[in-house]
Amino acid sequence: MAIKILMPALSPTMTEGNLVKWHKKEGDKVGAGDLLAEIETDKATMEVEAIDEGVLGKVLIAEGTENVKVNAIIAVLLEDGEDASVIDKMDLSEPKEKIAEESPSADAPKKEAAPAQQSGGTTGVQIQAPPMSEGNEYEGRVSGPKEGVFATPLAKALAEENDLLIDAVIGTGPNGRITKEDVEMALQTTGGANLKAALALPRDDYGMPPYVPEKNSNVRKVIAKRLTESKLMIPHFYLTVECELDGLLALRKSMNDKAEGAYKVSVNDFVIKASAKALKDVPAANVAWTEGEIRQYVTSDISVAVATDGGLITPILKSAEAKSLVTLSKEMKELAGKARAGTLKPHEFQGGTFSISNLGMFGIKNFQAIVNPPQGAILAVGAGEEKLVMKNGNPATVTVMSVTLSVDHRCIDGAVGAQFLAAFKNYIENPTSMYDLARTA
Amino acid sequence: MSDKFDLVVVGGGPGGYVAAIRASQLGMSVALVEGEHLGGICLNWGCIPTKALLKTSEINHLLHNLDQYGFTAKETSFDLKKLVSRSRGVAEKLSGGISHLLKKNKVKVYDGFGRLNGPGKLKVEKNDKRIADLEAKHIILATGARARKLPNLEVDEKLVWTYKKAMTPDEMPKSLVVVGSGAIGIEFASFYHNLGAEVTVVEVMDRVMPVEDVEISAMAQKSFENQGMKIMTSAMVKGLNKGKNDVEVIIEKDGKETKLKVDRVISAVGIVGNVENIGLETTAVKVDRSHIVIDQYCQTDEPGIYAIGDVAGAPWLAHKASHEGIICVEKIAGLDVHPMNTLNIPGCTYCMPQVASVGLTEQKAIDAGYDIKVGRFPFMANGKAIALGEEEGMVKTIFDAKTGELLGAHMIGAEVTEMIQGYVVGKTLETTEKELMHTIFPHPTLSEMMHESVLDAYDKAIHI
Repeated sequence: MAIKILMPALSPTMTEGNLVKWHKKEGDKVGAGDLLAEIETDKATMEVEAIDEGVLGKVLIAEGTENVKVNAIIAVLLEDGEDASVIDKMDLSEPKEKIAEESPSADAPKKEAAPAQQSGGTTGVQIQAPPMSEGNEYEGRVSGPKEGVFATPLAKALAEENDLLIDAVIGTGPNGRITKEDVEMALQTTGGANLKAALALPRDDYGMPPYVPEKNSNVRKVIAKRLTESKLMIPHFYLTVECELDGLLALRKSMNDKAEGAYKVSVNDFVIKASAKALKDVPAANVAWTEGEIRQYVTSDISVAVATDGGLITPILKSAEAKSLVTLSKEMKELAGKARAGTLKPHEFQGGTFSISNLGMFGIKNFQAIVNPPQGAILAVGAGEEKLVMKNGNPATVTVMSVTLSVDHRCIDGAVGAQFLAAFKNYIENPTSMYDLARTA
Repeated sequence: MSDKFDLVVVGGGPGGYVAAIRASQLGMSVALVEGEHLGGICLNWGCIPTKALLKTSEINHLLHNLDQYGFTAKETSFDLKKLVSRSRGVAEKLSGGISHLLKKNKVKVYDGFGRLNGPGKLKVEKNDKRIADLEAKHIILATGARARKLPNLEVDEKLVWTYKKAMTPDEMPKSLVVVGSGAIGIEFASFYHNLGAEVTVVEVMDRVMPVEDVEISAMAQKSFENQGMKIMTSAMVKGLNKGKNDVEVIIEKDGKETKLKVDRVISAVGIVGNVENIGLETTAVKVDRSHIVIDQYCQTDEPGIYAIGDVAGAPWLAHKASHEGIICVEKIAGLDVHPMNTLNIPGCTYCMPQVASVGLTEQKAIDAGYDIKVGRFPFMANGKAIALGEEEGMVKTIFDAKTGELLGAHMIGAEVTEMIQGYVVGKTLETTEKELMHTIFPHPTLSEMMHESVLDAYDKAIHI
């Protein structure tokens, strides 16, 4: 089916805009994400990208047209193989506008044109962020909540008495004025809880909503400082590889089944072990950059990022290449527990030669981590996802995990990173090749 | 054949005719059924003609108190017939005006009494003659109310009157008992007292004008008594012994019976809704204690049938009926309507001194659990009041101490019925004490007292 391209709303308040320029002509091929056109509002000029792909079949609104209504059809995109003749059959009439509210004026509007409008449905509280998209949006606003709000004096007083943020109340009075009844309704529907004390919260001078301040902890400050330095100072590059997990998952299952509760290894444990082994195979990846020298470490001490209430912390599995999977698993659990309890000792989280950050459990497919200095690389691990692939000419489902290595280019070159990932992938896809599986403790 | 309309309004009082005109403005085809007189009781036998009478009685009062203004007049007199005919003339003039307004708004008026004949159908009859059969998707009942009659207070309209006869007396009674001290009773008491009759007011409650604030009631009673009126509260009329041209009224107070011989008795003991003979039994409309049961948009239990004004319950006020008419019609038309806030309905009594109020009384505010602030300002501290020679009265305001909401305003004294709207506007706009304090009141006016009363509630009054 041909796709209608509509005039986009570039901000919540935009009702119309000017179509400044078309970047595609009729007949041009369009890919998703291609620049289609430029739209101008009174505040900004924005580029419009194609969401779908196909061929630009027909341009309905010419370049340079002013005051084009939001949601007006500006063009039609033909899908692959579609003929331009389908456009002629399409309904290209404007989407119907909402019927304006019946004015109670004396010039006798038709009875039929005044359908019963229920007002009850609009009463209540609207809890939403103020529009953020337009830079000038705030200039007309007053930072405090009490002025510039269209509310009756009593509604304001009542809201203040109950610590209710009146900005969030929907007015049902004349012209949308917030009345006592609206505030009472808001207090009733929210129990005052959501918005309670919001008035007491600080506000900045830019019309931003009130906020809850929380002093930066030292941990937070260290994280901020180190990551900023890392991202600014270290020339990062990123390598991504996909690993099939099916063999690993089967092995994990049989191990855990056999353990009968004695232990339970996770995919992450395999990732730690495989990383440690791969670093042993490609020692040039197990390095740190210093001004005078590149230090290549003799053991694979793996820092594993653990999210805690206080911030990110990376307990270390020392000499992970030499430890059995089960030992690693148990150690990891213990360290993660201590990390969350805040009882890690400095030697348990300071040091480490390589980091792993795993967001697979959140369903993250793929991401790029920031190198954890002075280490030379960090592995970002995504979720295992089932995929349909062709195997020996037959379709088959495999579980694929995507990992991305972020590398400090000062001490690790692309080829080294690639070698590491190849070794890693091999261990993950052939987990029994991790030699010490047989001697699980 | 039935005549078909979008809306039929039954009753042409201040509820009905306003509803009809508004509906027509909104594009509906409208019929109005009225068998007696356009404008209803209000215009013909209530608000308006009594105001005409009260004006003349106040003139009489003034003529007897000219000395305080430096005048002397010998032998002033009045012609009761002329007073009454002036009052009737005022009513007729306005009734004609309503007829014109309805015509201008293309409302079809049927001269007859409407009787529902099942949902959506109405028979119009007069003197047992069929006038028309009407059909309408929406029918508004605005049939009003009439004086309540008590068995021990038998009305004959000769010796014992209701409002109607009290408005058109043939001769001036020398003495009379007014039973009931609500707005109607007390206005007649004032009228006859100011024309020179000896008036005794009998009130079953412990104070006059029982719906008003206690303080206002007390001030009113004191004022009436100072003028020479007799007030008996917590008293009941047990019976009447009618003579040829006088009545012996048996009044029980504090377990003791008093007998009072007077020329006439006026019964003003409340009103009952006109719910009979309008065919309610052919519908699902419910009636409770002589009034039609409605929801906040005047809808009865029968879809398509609505009730407004006196027939739909208290307060029995013309402006309440008109406002209900507007709400009802606009709701039918699908406009965005808010239900009426009964706390914003002002009440006015045109006795001397006048009484006007809106919102909660002090006691009701306390009972409702409010922590209140009360302001008072007396007429005798107001320049304009002194200049007018009207030093009796008070403006009282009640605020919610927490939010500053104006909960109620209660006034007694000259012209307060014209001033109360200031507070009503304030309440409708949901004012707090702050806006009222920031409002600049013109000097010299009685309205300055409204400002001072607010200031007094917050201990900021300047002139007291």
